[in-house]
Amino acid sequence: MNEVQPIRTDAENAIISRFPDFAKKQSHWGGAEIARERTAAFEILKSKGLPSRRVEEWKYTDLRAMLRDMPSPAEAPSREAVEVAAREKSAIDLSDAFKFLFVNGKNFAMVKAEGFEIYSLANGDKLPKAVSDTLARERKHALNAAVALNTAFMTDATIIHVPAGKRLARPIHLAFRHEGKIAQSSFPRVLIVVEQGASVTIVETQDGPAGVAYFDNALVEIDAGDQAEVNHVRHNNAGGASITLSTLAVRTGHGTKFSSFAMATGGAISRHQMFFDLAGKNAELSVQGATLLRGKQHADNTMIADHMAGGCVGRQLFKTVLDDNSRGVFQGLIIVRPHSQKTDGKMMSSALLLGDDAEMDNKPELEIFADDVQCGHGATVGALDENLLFYLRARGIPRREAEILLIESFVGDAIQHIENERVREALMSCASAWLAERS
Amino acid sequence: MPAVQETVERVRSIDVDQYKYGFETNIESVKAPKGLDESTVRFISAKKNEPSWLLEWRLEAFKRWKTMTEPDWARVHYPKIDYQDLYYYSAPKNTPGPSSLDEVDPELLKTYEKLGIPLREQEILAGVRGSSRVAVDAVFDSVSVVTTFKDELKKAGVIFGSISEAVREHPELVRKYLGTVVPSSDNFFATLNSAVFSDGSFVYIPKGVRCPMELSTYFRINERNTGQFERTLIIAEEGAYVSYLEGCTAPQRDENQLHAAVVELVALDNAEIKYSTVQNWYPGDKQGKGGVYNFVTKRGDCRGRGSKISWTQVETGSAITWKYPSCILRGDNSQGEFYSIAISNGYQQVDSGTKMIHLGKNTTSRIVSKGIAAGHSNNTYRGLVSAHRKATGARNFTNCDSLLVGDKCGAHTTPYIEAKNSKSVFEHEATTSKISEDMLFYCRQRGLTQEEAVALVVNGFVKDVLQHLPMEFAVEAQKLIAISLEGSVG
Amino acid sequence: MLEIKNLHAEVADRKILQGLDLKVKAGEVHAIMGPNGSGKSTLSYVLAGKDGYTVTEGSVQYQGEDLLALQPEERAAKGVFLAFQYPIEIPGVTTMTFLRTAVNSVRKQRGEAELSTPDFLRFVREKAKDLNIDQEMLKRAVNVGFSGGEKKRNEILQMALLEPKLCVLDETDSGLDIDALKVVADGVNALRSPQRSMIVITHYQRLLDYIVPDVVHIMAKGRIVRTGGPDLAKELEERGYAGIETEIA
Repeated sequence: MNEVQPIRTDAENAIISRFPDFAKKQSHWGGAEIARERTAAFEILKSKGLPSRRVEEWKYTDLRAMLRDMPSPAEAPSREAVEVAAREKSAIDLSDAFKFLFVNGKNFAMVKAEGFEIYSLANGDKLPKAVSDTLARERKHALNAAVALNTAFMTDATIIHVPAGKRLARPIHLAFRHEGKIAQSSFPRVLIVVEQGASVTIVETQDGPAGVAYFDNALVEIDAGDQAEVNHVRHNNAGGASITLSTLAVRTGHGTKFSSFAMATGGAISRHQMFFDLAGKNAELSVQGATLLRGKQHADNTMIADHMAGGCVGRQLFKTVLDDNSRGVFQGLIIVRPHSQKTDGKMMSSALLLGDDAEMDNKPELEIFADDVQCGHGATVGALDENLLFYLRARGIPRREAEILLIESFVGDAIQHIENERVREALMSCASAWLAERS
Repeated sequence: MPAVQETVERVRSIDVDQYKYGFETNIESVKAPKGLDESTVRFISAKKNEPSWLLEWRLEAFKRWKTMTEPDWARVHYPKIDYQDLYYYSAPKNTPGPSSLDEVDPELLKTYEKLGIPLREQEILAGVRGSSRVAVDAVFDSVSVVTTFKDELKKAGVIFGSISEAVREHPELVRKYLGTVVPSSDNFFATLNSAVFSDGSFVYIPKGVRCPMELSTYFRINERNTGQFERTLIIAEEGAYVSYLEGCTAPQRDENQLHAAVVELVALDNAEIKYSTVQNWYPGDKQGKGGVYNFVTKRGDCRGRGSKISWTQVETGSAITWKYPSCILRGDNSQGEFYSIAISNGYQQVDSGTKMIHLGKNTTSRIVSKGIAAGHSNNTYRGLVSAHRKATGARNFTNCDSLLVGDKCGAHTTPYIEAKNSKSVFEHEATTSKISEDMLFYCRQRGLTQEEAVALVVNGFVKDVLQHLPMEFAVEAQKLIAISLEGSVG
Repeated sequence: MLEIKNLHAEVADRKILQGLDLKVKAGEVHAIMGPNGSGKSTLSYVLAGKDGYTVTEGSVQYQGEDLLALQPEERAAKGVFLAFQYPIEIPGVTTMTFLRTAVNSVRKQRGEAELSTPDFLRFVREKAKDLNIDQEMLKRAVNVGFSGGEKKRNEILQMALLEPKLCVLDETDSGLDIDALKVVADGVNALRSPQRSMIVITHYQRLLDYIVPDVVHIMAKGRIVRTGGPDLAKELEERGYAGIETEIA
């Protein structure tokens, strides 16, 4: 369509004006291939601008209107800032984890890798074949605005390689932390290649200072090989004035077991995108989310499960609790390609509206091109059940506690799917803490 | 279908000469020149002797339309429509139709036979030359089934006739309500319709009146290269009730025919409108050639407190269906309903659903959609349920199920559920599955053929919706479902 | 009536029937007994023509015709009736509609006139009464929410209405209490005639106290391993399948 381009926003102008210098600065690494990808991503942003609500995928999160300005890309943090960041704890902080500390988007991992390997694309490390094969594969979501923005402004890609058959007992922790009082943009990028039969637990946390309007846009790609087992958990606890975009792009193989959990309590505006390509047969995909918002927070969970091969089982359960004027968004799409017979996909999104002016927008979609399938989705929106509340109060439980009890069980329904007990408990107490703060 | 059959019978009993508002005598030779510009709009308005306000309204719409682009968000694909290559005004043509049944395509006759229409009616439907053809065609294009019952309806105070007639006889009513539910700027196709609408039905039920009979209109596209743009307006005053039926067919044509209708319903305090459609436009041949492009805007406005609008549709025809009968639940305690069966086979593309816009307090809506995709077709349910900030106590229950028959088709569900206040309760569930092999085998073991078995199982699948159709429609809709699914299994 | 020779059949690449021979004459009632997994239900599905049941070897002659060449509905029209072990539920389709469609389809295929609605209703009511079937049941969707006994009686009602020549009763006794079993057995016995043959497949001897067979076969590993009179069933009851199997081995 050759439509009239609307006037560019400050953020769009910032992207366009900053890119040439930025790209030049980064040209020392990655060679022609990365430069080409970077330019292509920029061209998309330049020609299309940031997506507004008129773009179907961004209907409920109008990035163009929300990201009024894009802060300048983060400079390398001071040594002091890194030291401060290293001392701080996230809601999920596992003492035995392999911790990768990203300060303002830059990786300061001091971990000693055991049973896996770490590479940096910017350092020009020599990559094992499994990794370079994955990198060579066409990126299906390259056109997505958040992904393109990350690609245009990436400063490195941290690569974690878990060789075939390795079963890591200790989790890998990607701790994304924003430091400092200056609003900056960061574009961390991680690729995790889990080869055939390997297993790993990955925890992502995202923290930052309150009151700083920083912008974070992380891309985590996970390639899980045949029969691999990956448990992924993410907690967005970003600073209250921040805008965060995050993308998890996953590709599974034959018989892979993949689970992902996304918890969001932080950030002024956040959008978490989950793209699952079920490329091999008989994979199991289990995705849950718990989002707890208050004030004017806005959080968007957008998920696509693309059943490219048959026999896969997909389960998605998203719970959203909205207080005050907050707004929750769930967009879920199950695609079943032709020949992906025997697909079994179920998706559910439930929202509890606590605040009178809270808003929930649900768009659960099915796109089905194979006939021998069992797919379904459900969506519910409503306030706390007054009958249940009354029942609890009649048993002597005060209203506030009764509410807490009901809300806890509502989100607990999703959280209980997390396999790692310590992570599960950490997120459960995180939910309890959120409830305790409720006025 | 009996509704059709009755229509034909009633029409036959009417003397053509009594059709006093008919333009049939001169209309047969009258055709606006091909293409669309301001003069086409003026031509149509002049032909219908319309008052100047209506002409202005049309011209305004036309001006707007020129600035609009065709929507592309639906899951339908078709070659670009050349809007200058269509006739926007024409009447039953003078060129000879088939002179006997032998010249009529046997496939078409077979369909009518299956629909239970006796041979005499078949001749009429197939457009065989004969004395009653003109009257019947005129009827198909617009109005006068009612003439038969006009006295009875008049006694009750009900106005039922063509919208052209209403413009002449009840201009104040038309002017008051036309375009108030679907504004002339609403969407590309509705705006086009506002500029060039040819005719359609008008219903007015006065305060407290329960319409003594089912009203029905039967639409049919006859002409080649002709766009069909009906406009229907139904108003139920306080406490009134009406049930209205609409049936559609079109002859087989190699080229695609455009149909862009607008239906507006207005229900005032405690009024109820029940609107049922059995849409069986020509779907195209087995290779997907030809067929009707059905881009329809249907919307009901529950304007009054405690009003109710209920849409029931059985969509089996058209090459492309783009249709979202909706309810604006403006009045407190108003109710909206949408019951739909959409069957696609061959290369048909259906993108249909509803919008339930909750604006008033304690409004309720219910959506039951059953999609069946067979052959190489694609069948999409697209729906919106939204509750405004002030629509406290809004409730919606949505159930949309899809059934796939064969592995070359697609079934899709795209619901938008938007709750903007905490006192609303929305529940939505959707499933997609294959037609059960076990059920088919069980039926075949009892002697049903594969096709009979499919039809039986599908009829069971859609039962929840069928029961909302008026009885005589329901029986015929069942047959239609069976016919639509023919050749879907092999 | 029916002659099965050296029948081999597979389901999902698993060999189930492995050289089964069986001959049933008109008017005879044969019981086929066997332990779980011996292939009893597979035999019934092969005779009815279910998809996914592939015959790899052997033949089935039914009234001098190659039964395996026919579609399921053609077999039904020619008089092959399978009473399902687990009757299928068809939501939204009333039992009455289903019965009428089935009866008229079969009549059409047999070159008989379709029954008018009043005639059909009379026909059904009469048969239903014999089987102690409540009229209310006929208004409900096919088998949906039916108790085990209701489902089996519904099967026998269909058998009565379709007037088959060869009835295959697949574990008709499963899930029935003794009273329901009697009703079902009475229904079946009422349909016994010199022109009609029956194959009664069962795991337990119990059913055969009520439907007394002319011939009893014991099936194991996809073949008939022993054939005898009604006494064979009694013997089986006393010694169990294990005993019989050891003897064969």
